[in-house]
Amino acid sequence: MTFETIITLIKIFLLLGGLMTAAAYLVLVERWMAAWVQDRKGPNRVGIPLTKIKLFGLGQPLADGLKFIFKEDFAPKHVDKALFRIAPIVILTAAIAIFAAIPFGSVLPPLEIEGVPDPIPLLVTPNLDVGMVYVFALSSIAVYGVILGGWSSNNKYSFLGALRSSAQLISYEIPLGLGLIGVVLFAGTLRLDAIISQQADSGVWNVFLQPLGFFVFAVAATAEAARLPFDLPEAEQELIGGYHTEYSGMMLLLFLIAEFLHMITAAFLIVILFFGGWHFWGLTGAGDEVTWFTAIARIVVLAVKILLVVLTFMLVRWTWPRFRFDQLMAMAWKVMVPLGLVNLIVMAVLVEYQQDLADIVGAESLWPLILISWIVTIGAWIIAGLYAPLSTDNTPRPMSMPFDAETELN
Amino acid sequence: MSGTNPNIRWLEEPKLGLSGRMYLPLFVQGLTTTFKHLVGPKVTLSFPEERPQIGNPLIYRGVHRLNKDGTGRVKCVACFLCATACPAHCIDIVAAESPWPDREKYPESFTIDELRCIFCGMCEEACPVDAIELTSLLDLTGRSREEMIFDKEKLLSVYDMTIDAEPMKSTALGGTL
Ligand code: SF4
Ligand code: SF4
Repeated sequence: MTFETIITLIKIFLLLGGLMTAAAYLVLVERWMAAWVQDRKGPNRVGIPLTKIKLFGLGQPLADGLKFIFKEDFAPKHVDKALFRIAPIVILTAAIAIFAAIPFGSVLPPLEIEGVPDPIPLLVTPNLDVGMVYVFALSSIAVYGVILGGWSSNNKYSFLGALRSSAQLISYEIPLGLGLIGVVLFAGTLRLDAIISQQADSGVWNVFLQPLGFFVFAVAATAEAARLPFDLPEAEQELIGGYHTEYSGMMLLLFLIAEFLHMITAAFLIVILFFGGWHFWGLTGAGDEVTWFTAIARIVVLAVKILLVVLTFMLVRWTWPRFRFDQLMAMAWKVMVPLGLVNLIVMAVLVEYQQDLADIVGAESLWPLILISWIVTIGAWIIAGLYAPLSTDNTPRPMSMPFDAETELN
Repeated sequence: MSGTNPNIRWLEEPKLGLSGRMYLPLFVQGLTTTFKHLVGPKVTLSFPEERPQIGNPLIYRGVHRLNKDGTGRVKCVACFLCATACPAHCIDIVAAESPWPDREKYPESFTIDELRCIFCGMCEEACPVDAIELTSLLDLTGRSREEMIFDKEKLLSVYDMTIDAEPMKSTALGGTL
């Protein structure tokens, strides 16, 4: 076994442990946020086991985990046992595997240990030239988990829920891709670490350069992660829990973890693609020559940005009511896809004529690009608003003649 | 009532203006409201450590008590009115001839199944001598079903426990003495 293999294994273990802990604690954070938004206090009792130390409820994930372990793993008689058990595994495996291509910082400074290659990138699969494609391919696999779960449950509500969810997930892949292509065109690479480096080099985060792409991508990523207001996969009011109605205990937990991992992935992608990843002006520098300080600062900056995005997701959850399904689809096809196409075309033109534009303005600066793309964004946004394809509202209309029960019923 | 009634005011939803149809301003507005609640004051009570403030203990309906009269005897005259009034049928009284000259009967045993009780307060309304009352004790717990069936002694001990904090409703609210 070479050192490289050992280092990769260490990275994988750190990643798995970190992800699972993060998911567990994000559940706690989510419960806190939910409570605080509703003027409650939230979980604050469970602390260190067997003592009375409460520790702000930080022991809660442990208690939740234990509860799940001791819960009966129940599969109803009428389900297709094999597929029923495979579904959550498929969805979770795909959700975890995505992180192989996602950088958690930049690189470690040279360790100067015999046989260890320098510098060590904080990424499980460094130099993966198809990084974005890999992430996309794996995130689409979630649809299989949803469909398998719904189908094998042998229950019409689960099945309808699964169909609805897959329709949603597939529809939002398109705006997701369109929002992303602008970034890829501009960076000229599919590698996530290279996309960050490009932003760090120019010092301009993509969110300033292509706000339209950011909006489209952020909305689509929220929908892909099935977060409110797009959490139709588990619209319990209408579908009694959607595709995972029949699941309980550990199996349900796998689905829920996968859902949280999707949210973390979405946050990572948003930060990496649009908010400069580990880059922060005047703090983390650019390039691969790092000291220990910058290496750690980059990890911290990235983590803080991701946490902020995740917290925003959680706040949005309690801000917007859930979309109706027809609104959801209308939003994807009538607003997000056109806006994404506008973004794609504008970015393609700008990238193609970047040099000519610089010649006209007479400087190598990004300002003309930023200006044009903001004008386009605001214009496209206003047109989308005026066109208002979402106004399929079902509020009672005032009748020209007021309703008269006597004449109406007779 | 007909739709042509001139007293009815028909309201129309205000039309969404441009900013509303742009979604973003309204979204930010909503987000601000949510955020304010995130950091705003909390209304939850940490129950066992903090006791809720009961507005008026005299009209609160918690655990029952059997009142005693001035000489420490149970006030109840075993008239069965409370048991009759109880919609949950949780009061069980065995009446016996009273050892005291001033009344005919007294309850030899008096049990209330607190698990069945819905705390409607009908018993307290029905009692002609204000012998049964609901106190403001709200944390009613027990380790077994049997423990939750309160007998006469227990109900009288609730009286001893609460009488200092809560005067008899008959005195405070002007009922029979
Ligand atoms: S409070 Fe209502 S239910 Fe309870 S014992 Fe009295 S009458 Fe019965
Ligand atoms: S109504 Fe009052 S007096 Fe009559 S049995 Fe019930 S508690 Fe006793």
